[in-house]
Amino acid sequence: MSDAQTASSPAVSDAVIDVRDVHYAVDGRPIFSGLDIQARRGLITAVMGPSGTGKTTLLRLITGQIYADRGLVSVFGRDVGALGGTELYAMRQRMGMLFQNGALLTDIDVFENVAFPVREHTDLPEPLIRKLVLTKLEAVGLRGAAHLMPGELSGGMARRVALARAIVMDPEVLIYDEPFVGLDPISLGVILRLVKQMNDVLQITSVVVSHDVQEISSIADYSYLLSEGRVVAAGTPAELARSDSATVRQFMTGAADGPVRFHYPAVDYAAELLETSR
Amino acid sequence: MRANRSLEIGTGLFVLLGLAALLFLSMQLPANGLKFSFNKPAGYLVTAQFDNIGGLKVGAPVRMAGVRIGQVTRIDFDTNTERAKVWLRIAAQFNQIPMDSSASIDTEGILGAQYVSISPGGMPTYLKNGSQIIQTQSALVLENLINKFFANFANKSSPQSSGAGAKEHK
Amino acid sequence: MSAASKAGVMELVRKTGLTGLFFLRLLRACIPALARPRLIIAQIYNAGARSLIIIMLSGLFTGMVLGLQGYDLLNRFGATEALGTAAALALLKELGPVLTALLFAGRAGTALTSEIGLMRATDQLTAMEVMAVDPMRYVAAPRFLGGLIAVPLLTAVFNVIGLYGAQLIGVQLMGVDHGIFWAQTQSALALKDVTEGIVKSVVFGAVVSLIAVNEGYHAEPTAEGVGLATTRTVVASSVMTLLLDYVLTAAFM
Repeated sequence: MSDAQTASSPAVSDAVIDVRDVHYAVDGRPIFSGLDIQARRGLITAVMGPSGTGKTTLLRLITGQIYADRGLVSVFGRDVGALGGTELYAMRQRMGMLFQNGALLTDIDVFENVAFPVREHTDLPEPLIRKLVLTKLEAVGLRGAAHLMPGELSGGMARRVALARAIVMDPEVLIYDEPFVGLDPISLGVILRLVKQMNDVLQITSVVVSHDVQEISSIADYSYLLSEGRVVAAGTPAELARSDSATVRQFMTGAADGPVRFHYPAVDYAAELLETSR
Repeated sequence: MRANRSLEIGTGLFVLLGLAALLFLSMQLPANGLKFSFNKPAGYLVTAQFDNIGGLKVGAPVRMAGVRIGQVTRIDFDTNTERAKVWLRIAAQFNQIPMDSSASIDTEGILGAQYVSISPGGMPTYLKNGSQIIQTQSALVLENLINKFFANFANKSSPQSSGAGAKEHK
Repeated sequence: MSAASKAGVMELVRKTGLTGLFFLRLLRACIPALARPRLIIAQIYNAGARSLIIIMLSGLFTGMVLGLQGYDLLNRFGATEALGTAAALALLKELGPVLTALLFAGRAGTALTSEIGLMRATDQLTAMEVMAVDPMRYVAAPRFLGGLIAVPLLTAVFNVIGLYGAQLIGVQLMGVDHGIFWAQTQSALALKDVTEGIVKSVVFGAVVSLIAVNEGYHAEPTAEGVGLATTRTVVASSVMTLLLDYVLTAAFM
């Protein structure tokens, strides 16, 4: 805890997830070079950024599936990189995660999917499991779909079932990986409302990784904008909207060209045309 | 729960079938004395005693003039006569085999599967359940034959009889 | 040695090492997995019971061919009474374990690989990790154990059906004596011959299941990657089965 406090960014004593000066590279290609992100208790923290900025990698660092080359990732005040197998699993039991496509287990039905973590981690009697699962399914509005197989669900429904599964163990932290991608406007609205509701009603600390700026800005308490392996802007959505940084402006407004170039690096256009016509 | 039930039953059937097959292979196949009863032969039992049955096995056929008429069902050692006692089950339709027929143990093919061959006699009374074939001829054991052959060969080539010949060499 | 073949050899060594390490992890995961017999039962059903029809059919026809070919061959030496022995030895020691392993690799091994590969591609394995459920224990180990149990049982079924197939042709069609067929088989077979077949089938079951689970677990999480992994399962299982068959046969000599 003490070494986490010494870092430069504004000290927040209620940070549940604390990422400090993290460096991470794959095959020598740097993904993160000095990343700082804090998720404070009970708030919705948004992590935004163009595709390919390693947003999913960040989630894997937080859940301890991969380890930082340098820097500190701490969750619940403990260094994730230093946790042993059992402690890591204990930490993960306090978290819930929603995957981009739901990641429901395809060989069991909706009810069993939601019951899965309960059965794996507790010895609760069957009637209690039933009540618990139905409550969570009711919360996402899919109690009626309990008997369906994952293959029979639409994308939005699958994500809602996955949400029910993520909250069935009453986690303290919920992590969302691109929850709005590929949804129709109605499903998107439903998910958006649910994310907000989980946060408000259950007081769950939420981290939402997304590039849907408009949607996430409407519910986030605090936002980080990533680009090229580091945070280029941070603040409340309102602050980011007022920012005069060119990168922030381009991302927030969705302009085709800006600091993030429209054109992939190439030799001079005219020169290449002349060359090929030779 | 219904799906679970059928799954468990299916798995159970499969495992039992597999275990039965394993048991059959490891216990029944290599062991002697197993009866594969496909066409359980109705018929009558007769016995025959042999000095030496060679490699005769339970299940070996009983033939008359080359035709299969039954099979060997049991082989035992008779402590009174000190001979091998063989039970033959003869199919019911062959019910006119003369009482004085003789039985011999013959060899079939080059690899030597042995069978019981019955040569008919001439009596007007016939073998029936529990009869014994008196006249028998033992199996020809190849090693004995070869030994005999060489013994004879040695006797003929030496001038005296074998006993004297052995002495003379001293 | 060219640079390309050198890299190829290194890659092979690396993959062998990877598979070996995976095998150790798998074995370790098998112990807690035994506490969940229900998962293993489901996999015995998937891998074993659902392969039963193809195994029985293949066994029957293999036995019938043995009956025909064996009769033809032995007839040239006037030794057709040895047909049962020949068929039994060929089935129990070689054809049963090998053909069952190859069929199992094609029928159940590919299904295992693509199933696990798809679970990888759709983040199901990662989801389990994050839910603090070890996918080695929940997914890999039960499938490995299921295959390990199923293959020897399937082999035994194959052998028995094959023997009756040979009997069908030899005795019913070609007129070898029924009693001689079985009597000769029994007297010529030693328990060692049966043991050899069982040991082979257990080893093949372990190897094919290990390869199938390993390929699925490490498949590239794309449709193409899963397809390639499935192909590799068939190729690697077949080669390993035949290679180990030689090694085991030599060991039993």
